[in-house]
Amino acid sequence: MDVVGYRRNQPGTQPEYLHPAYGSSVKRSPTKKLVLVPHTLTEITGPVYGHERVGADDNDLTKGHAGQPIGERIVLTGRVLDGDGRPVPNTLVELWQCNATGRYLHDNDQHDAPIDPNFTGAGRCITAADGTYRFVTIKPGAYPWRNHPNAWRPAHLHFSLFGPSFLTRLVTQMYFPGDPLLPFDPIFNCVTDARARERMISTFDLDSTVPEFALGYRFDIVLRGRDATPMGM
Amino acid sequence: MSKLLPTPSQTVGPYYSIGLNWLITNDLAAGATAGERIVITGRVTDGDGAPIPDAVLEVWQADAHGRYAHAEDRQDKPKDASFTGYGRIGTDKDGVFRFTTVKPGAVPGPGNSLQAPHILVALFMRGLLKHLYTRIYFSDETAANAADPVLGLVDDPARRATLIAQRANGTAEYRWDIAMQGDKETVFLDC
Repeated sequence: MDVVGYRRNQPGTQPEYLHPAYGSSVKRSPTKKLVLVPHTLTEITGPVYGHERVGADDNDLTKGHAGQPIGERIVLTGRVLDGDGRPVPNTLVELWQCNATGRYLHDNDQHDAPIDPNFTGAGRCITAADGTYRFVTIKPGAYPWRNHPNAWRPAHLHFSLFGPSFLTRLVTQMYFPGDPLLPFDPIFNCVTDARARERMISTFDLDSTVPEFALGYRFDIVLRGRDATPMGM
Repeated sequence: MSKLLPTPSQTVGPYYSIGLNWLITNDLAAGATAGERIVITGRVTDGDGAPIPDAVLEVWQADAHGRYAHAEDRQDKPKDASFTGYGRIGTDKDGVFRFTTVKPGAVPGPGNSLQAPHILVALFMRGLLKHLYTRIYFSDETAANAADPVLGLVDDPARRATLIAQRANGTAEYRWDIAMQGDKETVFLDC
């Protein structure tokens, strides 16, 4: 059975596995060449989630606690698109982040910054028919890490998406426009193609700002595109 | 229609559990799922042979009939409505993962070929800027494995062996380790 596969990445538009500037990649990246395989029914299918697993308030990270979290409230919206610019509806979007002080609610995070009892930092939603998603949260803080002397991660949120197949699976990070830490961050800069890197930076969006309540940012996410016709390798 | 550049991948980082643990599924075969229940367990290790305690595996497989729970699988086969085929499994402090599922049936491959029963794996961890794909095959499927079009792309038998889970005598438990580097570096797939 020949199937319609997904397009291979153009060089430089996705990270390489070994990126020595990012220390953790050195012992955790494969040393042997990946084996090129054809796309089969296995790869072009994948898990499908409906609304039944996601609660109505799961996209609002400022709710679910006794009080309001500290920080600059933001509305984060965008569309999930396929490689041809078509909306990807009914797909699960998972989100996680640190709090406004740059601290994750995780036992292994020992950064000396306060935990916010009113902020967990996890959310999820399902895209609408036009591919739109929307989260309400607070802007995460920058935080230090030990990758190199005086290393700081730029403010970012983690996004996880499924799309229509196991090949469209994507975990990425969203950054903020004009962040002065971006040029120094080896994770952001693991992508050599500047246009591809720009895809990870949100834009300030006055239209999604809620007056007297929250600033708005827009972040569109493009999943891996599909071939037009069945192909072998 | 113009082609858009896909959004680049980034690492899940060390704190993925905050966002991803709600969907952890260590038992894919809960309920009335048809087929032989099996356990797959193993350890994920880095280039020093040290266990990786912060990895997460995602698995995708056909049901016992060899059919995927997905609209693009239009095979004329029965479909197990209770089986989603997806699991998300984290490693523990010793780098060990363990999950229960049913043994998948064979599914079609390119052309007229048939693929041996297998599970597709996506692997995420701090240090991996982009997830890796690999496959789990089964040691008690010798004839099907020998004819499998994907296994056949790996020439070196020692390397091919990294894709085959070993069934323990007398049980339905398979052992399948993941080595990121070293002599037993797992074969990862460019899908």
